[in-house]
Amino acid sequence: MNKIKSLDDLRQLREGMQAKIKLRESGNNSENIVRIKVAMSTCGIASGAKEIMNFLMDELEQKAIEAVVSQTGCMGYCYAEPTIEVTVPGREPIVFGDVDKFRAAEIIEKYIIHNELVDGILPVNYRSIDN
Amino acid sequence: MPRRKENDNGMKNIALHILDLVQNSARAEARLVKISITEDAGKDSYLLSIEDDGKGMEEEVVQKATDPFYTSRTTRKVGLGLPLIQQNAERTGGSFKLSSESGKGTKLVANFIFHHPDRLPLGEMEDVLVLLAVGLPLVRLTYTHTTPLGSYCFDTEVIREIIGDIQDSNLEVRKFLREMIVENLKEIKAEV
Repeated sequence: MNKIKSLDDLRQLREGMQAKIKLRESGNNSENIVRIKVAMSTCGIASGAKEIMNFLMDELEQKAIEAVVSQTGCMGYCYAEPTIEVTVPGREPIVFGDVDKFRAAEIIEKYIIHNELVDGILPVNYRSIDN
Repeated sequence: MPRRKENDNGMKNIALHILDLVQNSARAEARLVKISITEDAGKDSYLLSIEDDGKGMEEEVVQKATDPFYTSRTTRKVGLGLPLIQQNAERTGGSFKLSSESGKGTKLVANFIFHHPDRLPLGEMEDVLVLLAVGLPLVRLTYTHTTPLGSYCFDTEVIREIIGDIQDSNLEVRKFLREMIVENLKEIKAEV
């Protein structure tokens, strides 16, 4: 039978990754990080926010996009959960609703990487262009 | 038209309830949240307890907290987290108790009848613990799962001592933590 994973194994894993972690820390001070907040309240959780947050963290890392994914409370758009707020450096934050894995992948690929707008934007931070 | 989601939504398992309820502790500025699950098939009991050292509530608020039309939020008019766990516990014939002291903290105990068919499954506890550890860097979270075969404790403080801020963790570490939790729960034959 295999030995189950323990904290000692975690220490070993950490030793092996020392170098990589240092690299990340030095890059973290910049403003050039994509920030994503996942609404993680009863409504969001019941609609699948957990899967979306996991998906976003894993996908962004695989695509080597510097990003911080964090949790926030209910933004009041319970009808459109799961909702996420995406802030790309130099652009206004945008809230997307009805985010499933398909749409999350689209947001990363089209909005974050190529700056194209995609479906599902909630008009929370709408501003008129007349000033 | 927005694409509609497949309809398998809801608080389907204990893990999702925990993910939800710990957000309450975080909003109450808790620094320590102690979660425990104790399985005792012999006594027909499956006990979930969540205790925090947050700012707590006045007795009056405790009374209202399980009313679905009460919430401390201003973004919406309902608050379903507590009523849903209460309903899920009581429909197995179990019980639910919320107690709190202003300035000291809050404790929630939900007892599910172990052999009742409506007792919720545990769900993906490993996902939830890792998400909470990443998402709440200021909170120390302990999770103790006890069965007749033994006890497993996951403590974010211990993890942070080894790897530093979990928020900076990478895929490999998160995957490792999930596997560690799954394997240890399996070792004590925790109900899934």
